[in-house]
Amino acid sequence: MGELVKFIAQSLVDNPEMVEVREIEGEQSVIIELKVAPEDMGKVIGKQGRIAKAIRTVVKAAATKQNKRAIVEIL
Amino acid sequence: MRSVESSGKTIDEAILMAVAQLGVQRDNLEIEILEEPVKGLFGIIGARDARIRATVKKTPGEKAKEFLLEMLELMGIEAAAVDVSEKSNCINIEIKGSGMGLLIGYRGETLDAIQYLVSLYVNKQTEEYIRVIVDAENYRAKREETLKRLARRLAHKVAKTKKRVVLEPMNPYERRIIHSALQNNRFVKTYSEGEEPHRRVVIALK
Repeated sequence: MGELVKFIAQSLVDNPEMVEVREIEGEQSVIIELKVAPEDMGKVIGKQGRIAKAIRTVVKAAATKQNKRAIVEIL
Repeated sequence: MRSVESSGKTIDEAILMAVAQLGVQRDNLEIEILEEPVKGLFGIIGARDARIRATVKKTPGEKAKEFLLEMLELMGIEAAAVDVSEKSNCINIEIKGSGMGLLIGYRGETLDAIQYLVSLYVNKQTEEYIRVIVDAENYRAKREETLKRLARRLAHKVAKTKKRVVLEPMNPYERRIIHSALQNNRFVKTYSEGEEPHRRVVIALK
């Protein structure tokens, strides 16, 4: 799941090498923390959080397949 | 990726050779200069040809496909095929395989998210805006049919009860389908109210 977030984030930002993803695995849920360069924040959040919402939707679908809940946090 | 190395007396000449060999227009080639030409004495002694490598640039459709395939794999969705057709400034992508229900999501929510991300990725690298449409199992056409039916049914209800009807929030694309379905209706008019992403279509008596 973390890899999915990392791939999407790296595809959208200008500084892909600055993308960091940390996965905190729980029993039924997984928290994915995403960190990007400060100037790239807009590229993963978007106007009114539209990009962040799309990332979360895609991750949620992938997580459903594994019967898990995924939470994506952008730091 | 298709690429060739070619040489010529000048860089332009070498590029022309590459264009001829690849059968691709100059604008669609990425040129890397491997060696600058050296004139030499009287153009003979010590003269060296220019050498270049020309690579065919990926089209937006190819980029979209690469991105989408990688994303689907990481999502754990087995897509049997991803068909891409490119028209000027528009890419149509059709995903085929099992597990498409999950890929479409509630009211096409996941499909829309995927479409949005592919569009962001493709348009990040292009100057002109390219419209991207991602579909699976003909969802978009079916949804359009459903919305048109809904519009006609509600228009009928509004005409009968003389009370306006507020629809659930929809994205701009879906709202447009409702508006255009009732554009020429004699009894009702349509408009939208509220702010994105909660904007809703209203059907009211004319």
